Amino acid sequence: MAAGALFEYVLRLGDNCLILSQRLSELCGHGPVLEEDIAIANIALDLLGHARFWLSYAGEIEGEGRDEDKLAFLRDAGDFRNVLLVEQPNGDYAMTVARQFFFDAWYFHILRGLKNSVDARVASIAEKAFKEVTYHLERSTDWMLRMGDGTEESHRRMQAAVNDLWMYTGELFEMDEVDREMVELGGGVDLANLHPLWTEHIARTFAEATLEIPESKWMQRGGKRGVHTEKLGYLLAEMQFLQRAYPGAQW
Amino acid sequence: MVATHPSAAEVWAWLGEIADPEIPVLSILDLGIVRQVAWNPNRDELTIGITPTYSGCPAMDVIAEEIRRCSKEHGIENLRLLTQLSPAWTTDWMTDDAKARLREYGIAPPASSLVQIEAARPACPRCGSAETQVVSRYGSTPCQALYRCLSCLEPFNAFKRH
Repeated sequence: MAAGALFEYVLRLGDNCLILSQRLSELCGHGPVLEEDIAIANIALDLLGHARFWLSYAGEIEGEGRDEDKLAFLRDAGDFRNVLLVEQPNGDYAMTVARQFFFDAWYFHILRGLKNSVDARVASIAEKAFKEVTYHLERSTDWMLRMGDGTEESHRRMQAAVNDLWMYTGELFEMDEVDREMVELGGGVDLANLHPLWTEHIARTFAEATLEIPESKWMQRGGKRGVHTEKLGYLLAEMQFLQRAYPGAQW
Repeated sequence: MVATHPSAAEVWAWLGEIADPEIPVLSILDLGIVRQVAWNPNRDELTIGITPTYSGCPAMDVIAEEIRRCSKEHGIENLRLLTQLSPAWTTDWMTDDAKARLREYGIAPPASSLVQIEAARPACPRCGSAETQVVSRYGSTPCQALYRCLSCLEPFNAFKRH
């Protein structure tokens, strides 16, 4: 398999998991209720585990001595390849839940496809992660129903969160040359085939949750090629502080 | 240099003594974390393959450290500790004996993945009642969820089936 495309592809998967994990970690000790605090921390841990698998593999493919830690802590914003959705701030809890729901539904289908990747390492990581993300998706779908079809205020907040985040969902399904090359080689997932499956889950959940799918078709893009919102810089400043201030520091 | 190498069976026996750091009533073998023990053809390097329970479980680092320490204590000089992800870890690897000890310890054991979801609600590990209710899908470790017994009213941890 072409090393360049595979590296880029695996790096994107790792960055999505790492950045969302970091966002969720910000809520540790600040969750709205104890059970949710614990749930969020657990999901952050699962995603951090996935990030470590993906980034370690990316470093091996590249073969220039960058391991998971170097990739996580010593790159600047322009070198990160995560989608814009995952770097968006936690906001109120509706925002946190909606971001997670959009991501879980997408990552679930990505992993389901990658379980059949011709790249054995990608397939084994996907097989492992898929079981955990199935559970994440059940939880975030539950919360969409509870908040969407809850009180007047929870409904209003959830609809506002969905409206605010909708413009970051288009990028999830955009195919570029890396995606196309990986699909041709049998190593990646065709995002065009995945889009209707994602939309179907969103539509079914929204119907039950009494939420409206936003009509706006205008979408933000750029994360996959390193063009990010300004929010990523602040996240990295916190996440990378220790390694930047004390290079090589270890536990 | 060790004159005679312990057999793989002996190594398995030592590994069975290593307790899970979070749920000490279970060994790492009970959990199905150890996937292989094998000497290389020259018998100068031992490979132990382990698989994580949940991808980000912090206990895995402690477990890997324990395996290294235990191997060293038993005179293994060259240990290759591998992480294997496939087949993905499942609670179906847990033996009935381990499940019984877990229940005794106060944690409802995981149901088999072959059981229907509706029937998979764990029975209360204290009073045995089947009338239980989930409080939180996540508990004190990645592998557990929080339940409440509707009969004896006690809260309890349940090992999630996975």
